[in-house]
Amino acid sequence: MIKHFFALQWKAFFRSASFSSNLVMKIFMGFMALYMIATFSIMGGASYYFIEEEFNLNAFEVINRLFIYYLVMDLLFRYMLQKMPVVNIKPLLYLPFKKGKIVQFSLWKTVFSFFNLIHAFFFIPFSVVLIIKGYPPLQVLAWLMGIYALLYCNNFINIFLNGVNTFLFVVFGAIIILGGLQYYGIFDITLYTGPIFELMYGIPYVAFIPVLLLVGLYYIAFNYFKKNLYLDAGLASKHQEAKEENLDWLNRFGSISVFLKNDIKLIKRNKRSKTAVFMSFLFVFYGLLFFTNAIEAYQGAPWRIFASIFVTGGFLFSFGQFVPSWDSSYYPLMMSQNIRYRDYLDSKWWLMVMATILTTIVASFYLYFGWEIYLAIITGAIYNIGVNAHMVLWGGAYVKTPIDLTSNKKAFGDSQAFNAKTLLLTIPKMILPVLLYALGHYTVGPFLGYLLVVLAGILGFAFKEKVFNKIEKVYKTEKYKTLVAYKQKN
Amino acid sequence: MITIENLSKTYNGNTVLSIDELQIPSGQIFGLVGNNGAGKTTLFSLLLDLIQPTTGFVLNNEIKVNESEDWKPLTSAFIDETFLIGYLTPEEYFYFIGELRGQNKEDIDKFLVDFEDFFHGEILGGKKYLRDLSKGNQKKAGIVAAFIGSPKVIILDEPFANLDPTTQIRLKKLITKFKDDADVTVLVSSHDLLHVTEVCERIVVLDKGKTVKDIQKSEATLKELESFFAEEILNESTSVEIN
Repeated sequence: MIKHFFALQWKAFFRSASFSSNLVMKIFMGFMALYMIATFSIMGGASYYFIEEEFNLNAFEVINRLFIYYLVMDLLFRYMLQKMPVVNIKPLLYLPFKKGKIVQFSLWKTVFSFFNLIHAFFFIPFSVVLIIKGYPPLQVLAWLMGIYALLYCNNFINIFLNGVNTFLFVVFGAIIILGGLQYYGIFDITLYTGPIFELMYGIPYVAFIPVLLLVGLYYIAFNYFKKNLYLDAGLASKHQEAKEENLDWLNRFGSISVFLKNDIKLIKRNKRSKTAVFMSFLFVFYGLLFFTNAIEAYQGAPWRIFASIFVTGGFLFSFGQFVPSWDSSYYPLMMSQNIRYRDYLDSKWWLMVMATILTTIVASFYLYFGWEIYLAIITGAIYNIGVNAHMVLWGGAYVKTPIDLTSNKKAFGDSQAFNAKTLLLTIPKMILPVLLYALGHYTVGPFLGYLLVVLAGILGFAFKEKVFNKIEKVYKTEKYKTLVAYKQKN
Repeated sequence: MITIENLSKTYNGNTVLSIDELQIPSGQIFGLVGNNGAGKTTLFSLLLDLIQPTTGFVLNNEIKVNESEDWKPLTSAFIDETFLIGYLTPEEYFYFIGELRGQNKEDIDKFLVDFEDFFHGEILGGKKYLRDLSKGNQKKAGIVAAFIGSPKVIILDEPFANLDPTTQIRLKKLITKFKDDADVTVLVSSHDLLHVTEVCERIVVLDKGKTVKDIQKSEATLKELESFFAEEILNESTSVEIN
């Protein structure tokens, strides 16, 4: 029986549309996986020396204190990205499998998920270093076991959290509040949680508590699924209650308002697009890395422009570069209806312009770091509107991977972002403004730098129609290929 | 008026559709029947310029569909669920299509009144997005959307499949309404011989990508079609014996 399950799984993996796409993609994916593994391993191995030597702190203590955040972030990432096992078991229900076996298999499948295995590449090297440094091996192993059991607990907790929307906001709010309190030295939760995790090292038997917790969670999950293994219970997809919306105020945009209204509904009502918006919100804070001088390498002046492009351009990059894939699930309708490409493009462009202006307003808190910083951000915004807004649309025109709006699974590191033409188009998006600024900055001063970037933005605006003509042509010549590509479901 | 000239579609050397000539005059209710893989959806996709013809062309009211897009305002279609926008409520979807076809909200509201029976109280005013409707109800919404904006050509692929018996009868009534309209051409494909013979004025049978029968409907049509498809079974069994 297990043999059948594995055979199914094997085929599901190797025959999935994303895997069989092309060789370049496969190599790239393999490379990315290796990169992640390498980064985690190096971090695991080096963090001990780094913390001890750079900060003169006890590395073991620091890791234990930070682990609470690690655990919560892990849960957050799982919640957003890890796909639930229930989806693929529908066809198995009426076959002669025992229900217990199906549930067992689905749950065990999650055990080998990337989200669980990746932690090993951090914690095992770290533990090895601890042992080398003279920590007693048995105690370290107990600690490692406890830590890993806790991470696996997350795996099962996540199964229950699936679809609980408020979770995201609660956890995210908690992280910001606790992080803020800690940063300003008001309340430090890690002072209390650190010793708890350390206890698993101090008294190795304590490490069995998370293991027991894990076993308990497994059985709860097992029983829960077994009981709910019906089409109208656990396997039912959750339906949102539909709310009609009146967006008639957008009618002032004339002929493009039809699409604009639709796009706003698209963003508000689909999981995947909501994640894109959420990501672009995170980009607003990206500048903090640069402007707080937190990272030494980022202190060079040209980085300012680089940062401000990202601060105001989050939406551009997370939404814009996937146009027209957002409409992939009903592309045949779009292609046979009475639609002018120009209006369609214009609507997406306006959406990005509005989002850029909005983020520029949100980003006004950067005034705290001085008005010059905010000036850099406004400069970035002008460049984004003038050049990048239509450049991302151009890049997107070559992208032909369908987007499943209702699933978040591929929201990050989507294969479609990798495409030679799309990569080429990042040069004017990122590198050009940085070069322009550097040119002005190092000859006359920062203001000439800003001026050059702003001028480039205004100049780019003049080319908008030209680029739109080009995109329209791409849409037309690639129409049939795109239609075929969007038919491929994963 | 739709004219098909020397039209063919080949995938990797495998010809799935090949029609030398076919004319569908304006105002006709045209039925397309054939087994799976006969090329019905391929033909409709070619009419809508969703796939590229290998040879030949389609003229829709004198417009070559793969060269100009001016046929789009005249034509509407419902092929499958990829013609639905899942995250909209049915009403929003109708308004969207309406706006694309130059109709405002009031026009659509007025238009929808005629379809209240057809919807059977299950589509409008419900608190569901199109993606959460049952297959049959999705189909109802898609078919009605294809009637929006008085198109001159209406293309419906398998409109009767997945519909409940009452709705099938209602749909037949809806389609036969166009019989008296000399401007509107309706193209319907189906596996159900009874339905097509009931609503269509002319029926073309596709087999392995070729038109094998082109019948003006008469009393004898249903019998003729039934014996045609039954014959295939007979042929198959004899050929198996020979092999």
